[in-house]
Amino acid sequence: MSALLEVKGLRVDIPLEAGILHAVRGVDIVVERGKTLALVGESGCGKSLSVLSVMDLLPQKAKWRADKIFFDGKNLNDADTSPMANIRGSKIAMIFQEPMTSLNPCYTIGNQLEEALLTHKQVSRKDARDRAVFLLEKVGITAAASRLRQYPHQLSGGLRQRVMIAMGLMCGPPLLIADEPTTALDVTIQAQILALLAAIQKEFDMGMILITHDLGVVARIADHVNIMYCGQVVESGSAIDLFNNPLHPYTQGLLRCIPIPGKTAPGAHLGSIPGMVPTPIGQQVGCVFQNRCEYVHDPCRSSIVEATRISDGREYNCLLTPEVCRTNMSKGLPK
Amino acid sequence: MLIYIGKRIVMALMVSVVVSFISFMILNLSGDPAIALAGADASPEEIQVIRVQYGLDRPVIVQYIEWIGRALQGNLGVSPYFNMPVKDLIGARIGVTLILGTCAFAFAILLAIPLGVVAAIRPNTWIDRTALTISVFGQALPNFFFGLLMIIFFGVILQWLPISGDDTWKHFIMPAVALGYYASPSLMRLTRTGMLEVLGSDYIRTARAKGLKTFSILFKHALRNAIIPVVSLGFVQFGYMLGGAFIIEYVFAINGIGFLAVQSIQRADLPVVQVIVLLLSVIYVSMTLVADIINAFLDPRIRAN
Ligand SMILES: Nc1ncnc2c1ncn2[C@@H]1O[C@H](COP(=O)(O)OP(=O)(O)OP(=O)(O)O)[C@@H](O)[C@H]1O
Ligand SMILES: [Mg+2]
Repeated sequence: MSALLEVKGLRVDIPLEAGILHAVRGVDIVVERGKTLALVGESGCGKSLSVLSVMDLLPQKAKWRADKIFFDGKNLNDADTSPMANIRGSKIAMIFQEPMTSLNPCYTIGNQLEEALLTHKQVSRKDARDRAVFLLEKVGITAAASRLRQYPHQLSGGLRQRVMIAMGLMCGPPLLIADEPTTALDVTIQAQILALLAAIQKEFDMGMILITHDLGVVARIADHVNIMYCGQVVESGSAIDLFNNPLHPYTQGLLRCIPIPGKTAPGAHLGSIPGMVPTPIGQQVGCVFQNRCEYVHDPCRSSIVEATRISDGREYNCLLTPEVCRTNMSKGLPK
Repeated sequence: MLIYIGKRIVMALMVSVVVSFISFMILNLSGDPAIALAGADASPEEIQVIRVQYGLDRPVIVQYIEWIGRALQGNLGVSPYFNMPVKDLIGARIGVTLILGTCAFAFAILLAIPLGVVAAIRPNTWIDRTALTISVFGQALPNFFFGLLMIIFFGVILQWLPISGDDTWKHFIMPAVALGYYASPSLMRLTRTGMLEVLGSDYIRTARAKGLKTFSILFKHALRNAIIPVVSLGFVQFGYMLGGAFIIEYVFAINGIGFLAVQSIQRADLPVVQVIVLLLSVIYVSMTLVADIINAFLDPRIRAN
């Protein structure tokens, strides 16, 4: 069976005064049915814009195009028919980073939940309400029926994010996109919400795209990982393989930045990646990571660096051979 | 909600009392009412007699308390010029002013809000620029001047509409348009900026992500939030249209409160002027109150505090 979502060669350009900002430069996203894909990368690398393009929710001035977008066997690249209108919300739901401002302050929780279902399905108000109560209980909200009459300002951030999750589930979508769903919440709540998302994803057998900075979360939840850097996916693979066997120097750098229980000695220095992300405005010649890479050599500055495919779903964008990459990782940083 | 409304009403009453007191003081300071009553060529003795007769020799505060006390019982005094109770003078004219103000308000709202919404949906397009042009004209033309232009064009040249008086509904068209058009630019600008801001907000992105229809996104989710400051401003302007239509009523010879106010000021008919000023302050304060109550219905956060 084909993948639930398959995006090839996604590009997003934003015209600015200083030039064209190539925010996403040829990204591939594949989500299998019932599996979780994590998009990882530092701030500004184009994670949000990538998923917003899939939803066709980009800000007005940003323009996207892709070589191919298939969702659930349907071609979404067909601009004339605008098929997104029926898919958004009913087949693909999205949860955002800002739970405090993502609900309309003027309407009750119940109204906003029911509306998500009533727009897409011919059901009675009563059925919509029952479904809302059922899902609020599912996402761990107590006294669900009375919450329906409450307004967003009466709920805490964590509760509002739970409401957002319940709202996403109203139509029973096969794909849920969560864009940094916990960044704005405090640490204990973060863990609860992530555990909830993972449990919900299993129970409803949904595909999920989880955007996060947190590699620990990725290791626990994700089946597949895309590491993004400066508008590109620089490495992708199954979570297990990618963590055990990182190939791209950027991925290796990221993994050196996090402590590993049992391996990293207490008090030991964690790694960091020196340098800054290059400006995404204008075209870039050569490898996107060249100015921060420990292993940079001349061809990196001039060649077109394309994805090297190792096996199905396992790719990395680097001129070094997999063997050299593996040795680099085991040797540690060059002095 | 009821507590909120109750608090607002108490505040509104207090503001009315303060405003009416201040205006009473100012009117008393601006000229000697006894001279006005006695006439310009009266002797000092005659003026003194009048002063005592009308109780004008006592402290202003005493006069105010007496006056407001009578006003609350429905006795608004007598106009020396008309030799008629002020209550009857006002009663005969308030209907006309209410009709004019309401029509002007409706015109302003119907012009400003759709234009503001359209301009916000298509910012920096010809629609937006047209809306801007219309509003700049509205702001730049004083309303009496716009009224005169309309009189010349529709009244004198085309002869479509009557140019003065208040006998038929046709008489109200031009003054209502002149008054409403002048008020609409600020309402339109406020609607536009409000809509632009709200349309960029996170909850509108959520609404779009839910796959809602454009209509529902614009009117259910965006406009309800964007309209809140417009309601506040709109009702202040409504108050202005009800009470401040002095010049327009004068230009179109509409026999309303504004016309009466202008005439009474010219005649130094102090009891009438005093009641009109009190009436205006009550109108303004109650319009603000109405706006607050409507906004509390629109936004649950307002009724929460
Ligand atoms: N509306 C916009 N106008 C101009 N530039 C934008 C806009 N939205 C995003 N960008 C730029 O596009 C790039 C990618 O943005 P995006 O929001 O996808 O990053 P991200 O990976 O989601 O980052 P974060 O982790 O901070 O959410 C960034 O350089 C950002 O500055
Ligand atoms: Mg983001």
